Amino acid sequence: MALAVPTPAVAPVRIPLREVLPWAVFAGAILLSLLYLVGLDQGATSVFSGQLLHEFMHDGRHLLAMPCH
Amino acid sequence: MTVRTLLVRGLVAGVAAGVLSWLFSYLFGEPALRDALAFEGHAHGEELVSRGVQSTIGLGTALVLYGVAIGGLFALAYAVAYGRIGSLGPRATAAVLAAGAFVVVFLVPFLKYPANPPAATDDSTVGQRTGLYLVLVLVSVLLAVGSVLLGRRLHPRVGARNAVLLGGGLYLAAITVVLLVLPTVSQPPADFPATVLYEFRLASVGNQVVLWATIGLVFGVFTARALPRSRAASVDSEVAP
Repeated sequence: MALAVPTPAVAPVRIPLREVLPWAVFAGAILLSLLYLVGLDQGATSVFSGQLLHEFMHDGRHLLAMPCH
Repeated sequence: MTVRTLLVRGLVAGVAAGVLSWLFSYLFGEPALRDALAFEGHAHGEELVSRGVQSTIGLGTALVLYGVAIGGLFALAYAVAYGRIGSLGPRATAAVLAAGAFVVVFLVPFLKYPANPPAATDDSTVGQRTGLYLVLVLVSVLLAVGSVLLGRRLHPRVGARNAVLLGGGLYLAAITVVLLVLPTVSQPPADFPATVLYEFRLASVGNQVVLWATIGLVFGVFTARALPRSRAASVDSEVAP
């Protein structure tokens, strides 16, 4: 019978790197910027002036092991 | 399975991970943070953000956004890794990738530059500490990727087990040298309470364990559930015409 239950031994289908690349570049840049804003801005370097971000995320930064001050 | 669907799943898993790590940190991290601030003698008359906000909404915002960012980056790494690490299935790939990333991105850098509570570091060295920390994370990731590539190269010749051992061994040897070479920057003040430091760092590691474990499990379940359907769909489309 052709429609037997498929075994999980089917080789996983790779996503071609060509297809991943644009996502990795654009989404990667956005996600890394987010990580920077959460963890590092208004610490050693500042894109936004002031201390509001730093103070608001203060506890999280400490617990995430970010060197914030 | 497209990159877009993986990315959406990664972001959702990241939100779940962020919320759980928020809960964990509130329960186990905040007490140590409070003790550290008491040691510092936090008597600022006007705070920009009150302690009440910092320890609840502020903490949660930071951790959920961090979870989302990590979840998304995890999904991108998964898109590359899936089908390329031996013959691991969708769930095993998620678990291995999450465990590996926890060690490479967080635990190894933590060994050299651990999390510090308020008042345990010298403010004037923040630039140096930030730079060194980022360099270490980057080097750790690059070495790990290099080791995986080497393991893949060796796989056909030495078998899966030896390829994993050799790749892991290379990473371990190389990162040990890096950890020894990088300078140690800050030591907490001599009278900083050791129990507070210990509990804070334990909570910091626990927070990451919760985060990566949630991402690995939730993402794995999502993806494993979606896969049979897409496989069945492709079989149907092959059979139908």
